[in-house]
Amino acid sequence: MADDVTEAASSPAARPPWQRDVRILRVIAQGAFLVLVILLVQWFAYNLTTNMRRLGIRRDFAFLDQPAGYQILGSNFVASDRIRQALLVGLTNTVRVALIGMVLALILGIVVGVARLSTNWVVRRSASLYVELLRNVPPLVLVIYFYLAALAALPRIEDAATINDVIILSNRGIWLPWFDAAPGAGTFGIALIASLTLAILVARWRTRIFDATGRPHHRVLFFLLTASLTAGAGWFLLRPPVTLSLPELGERTVQGGLWLYPEYLSLLLSLVLYASSFIAEIVRGSIQAVHRGQSEAADALGLTPSMRLRYVVLPQALRIAAPATGNEFLNLTKNVSLGIAVGFAEILRVATQATGNGQPAPQLLLMVLLGYLGLSLIISFFVNVANRRLQLVER
Amino acid sequence: MATSEHTTDTAAPVAPGPRRLGARTWLHQNLFSSPLNTLLTLTVGPLVAYIAFAFLRFVLVTGRWEIIERNLTLFMVGTFPRDQLWRLWLAMSILAITAGLTAGVIGAATRAAAIAAGRPTQAHTGERIRRLGPPVALALSILVFARTATAFLGTATVVIVGAIAMRAAPRLPDRVRRQIGPIALGGVVLALLVISLFGGVPRTQWGGLLVTTYYTVAALVIAYPIGIAFALGRRSTLPLVRWVCTIYIEFFRGSPLITLLFTGWLVLPFFLPPGFRTPGLVTRALIIFILFTSAYVAEIVRGGLQSVGRGQIEAAQALGLSPWGQTRLVVLPQALRAVIPGLVGQAISLFKDTTLVLIIGQTDLLAVAQIVTKQGDFLGQGYIAESLMFVAVIYWVASYWLSRESQRLEVRLGVGER
Repeated sequence: MADDVTEAASSPAARPPWQRDVRILRVIAQGAFLVLVILLVQWFAYNLTTNMRRLGIRRDFAFLDQPAGYQILGSNFVASDRIRQALLVGLTNTVRVALIGMVLALILGIVVGVARLSTNWVVRRSASLYVELLRNVPPLVLVIYFYLAALAALPRIEDAATINDVIILSNRGIWLPWFDAAPGAGTFGIALIASLTLAILVARWRTRIFDATGRPHHRVLFFLLTASLTAGAGWFLLRPPVTLSLPELGERTVQGGLWLYPEYLSLLLSLVLYASSFIAEIVRGSIQAVHRGQSEAADALGLTPSMRLRYVVLPQALRIAAPATGNEFLNLTKNVSLGIAVGFAEILRVATQATGNGQPAPQLLLMVLLGYLGLSLIISFFVNVANRRLQLVER
Repeated sequence: MATSEHTTDTAAPVAPGPRRLGARTWLHQNLFSSPLNTLLTLTVGPLVAYIAFAFLRFVLVTGRWEIIERNLTLFMVGTFPRDQLWRLWLAMSILAITAGLTAGVIGAATRAAAIAAGRPTQAHTGERIRRLGPPVALALSILVFARTATAFLGTATVVIVGAIAMRAAPRLPDRVRRQIGPIALGGVVLALLVISLFGGVPRTQWGGLLVTTYYTVAALVIAYPIGIAFALGRRSTLPLVRWVCTIYIEFFRGSPLITLLFTGWLVLPFFLPPGFRTPGLVTRALIIFILFTSAYVAEIVRGGLQSVGRGQIEAAQALGLSPWGQTRLVVLPQALRAVIPGLVGQAISLFKDTTLVLIIGQTDLLAVAQIVTKQGDFLGQGYIAESLMFVAVIYWVASYWLSRESQRLEVRLGVGER
């Protein structure tokens, strides 16, 4: 089609004068547009460099190797470490909150979303109350509420509350039991990955047998057995690679355990609650979007309600929900930057601390923007991969 | 799409209406139909009841609301000079008249369309109450803390002039009614001028809910045409234009707003020519809000453009319209109608996002909530719970109201059903 047009147009007889030739006009229009854009960008760049030179601000990235001059909460970063490392710590913190937040928000969102469709009146109403309450409040209000009102209302560290001496609650944070890595932990991690890979292979093998012969596959059972047996073997062979670490309340300190400091906890809680209310709506909408005929067909085939959900409704709902959920993951990741309001050391906070110490803002903010854009791109990539795998293969 | 519409149409009368259930049947069906349901009822029920009880006790009994009573003006307008408050009442009256006229004209048009289509025109009383509920609740939750006659008189005036404008709107000549879009825009601009021009108050002295509303309205109004331009650019057949617009949109959609606000605060002045007067903090934040919002508006409008059927463009071509004429007269009017709910959604998220200006040191509503707890009388006594609750209710009711209206519009415009 396109070839025909080009051929017809390129024959000399059919060619209109240049000022009426659409192809030439298009080139001219785009050229003019490009020149305009380049001029604009150049003008901005010129202003930027002139202003920076005028104010005596360095225009290179050498400052990254200077000592940061501030500490970072919740890490062993010290003031004499370099800005480069500070930004890395900030990025790690951002990624950590984003990843943990996504997992928790997804779980909570699915639970609430399914609860909104429950036949139980109390459950259904509570779930819609949850969604309506949380998604209409600015997330920053939640962050500040948890930081200044909820967590600050916990007892002081001197008279911290404990739950069975296992969990410690105080206004300096919450301590949970956690694991300490023993010498063999790294090897055990590798063994764990190997055992999971093996278990997946076994599950695939069972599926192939099922496809070929129709005999019951029991692939979940096989998967769990393989994984737990090999992982258990690794655990005992390497001696326990991790030890349980219980938080212990000292005079005014807490030893061991996992410290959820208020800045981190208030940010994580708010982001999870906020995002889960949106994910719940997506889940509800997707389940409702599965055509009624599908459920009716499942009933007609004699599937039990749980089988109907497992094999008919959920797989189709998942396909509908995936793109929107991916979008919420992106929003959650960007919202990690709210941590700056309470002093959580995500990458923006770390960078603005450096600008406060007189380091050049243009470079630092550029790096923060690139960091967040990079994260967005990575998440979009995974979401797109998931979408493509979930899409119906049209025949 | 058309087939599914027909199925629902024919299915609707067949489907049984809501049956009246006896109390026992209702309880059994909704709460105790199975062991699992009983267990859920008995665990979730008391939990929710306890939370509701704690909330009510806080609001009605234990809450120390004098912090709101004493600072209500601060919450509403920040450090706006108190002898200039009449400007705000005047601006609010202008906005009420504008909103009343717009609502009246749209209402009349809808009624006319309903009569032409033979649908019932009278709304149910229940629906009216449901629509009026949120704004009334919003006004009441603020007025309940007011201790001056001015607050009540002012609110009454604003409501009355708005209602009169709404009643009068259908009687306006046709010529005027067709220009309702420009009139509404003019009203918003006039209200802003009343506040800030003619010896008025510079924006640096604005605060509280005023600043929150200002950023939301100003950014949305200015970002709207820019967003349309980028949406059209992203759908251009010229690859270079398309790429540049896509980069712009994706850059602003991929960056967190706070980071952009910081960039606007710290770096934006660097991009202006040396010697150029540096724009104030408010302007810098507004520029960022506009750039950010226009990228989102562009994506919403692009969705609307895609919903316009190919046949429409072909018909416009067959009529001999120029490409620009096709866009302006055929595509855009249909696309922009379909994107109204999306724009309302964007308005909601912008309204919530304005809280971020507190991080760059401006006194918006949320910032005031923190500042008042540092006053001598309230310092260090945990008043933050009361003051955060107050602003959270304002944010909540306003967002909830807008989202309900957007859902209503979505149903009425039949988005996604054509």
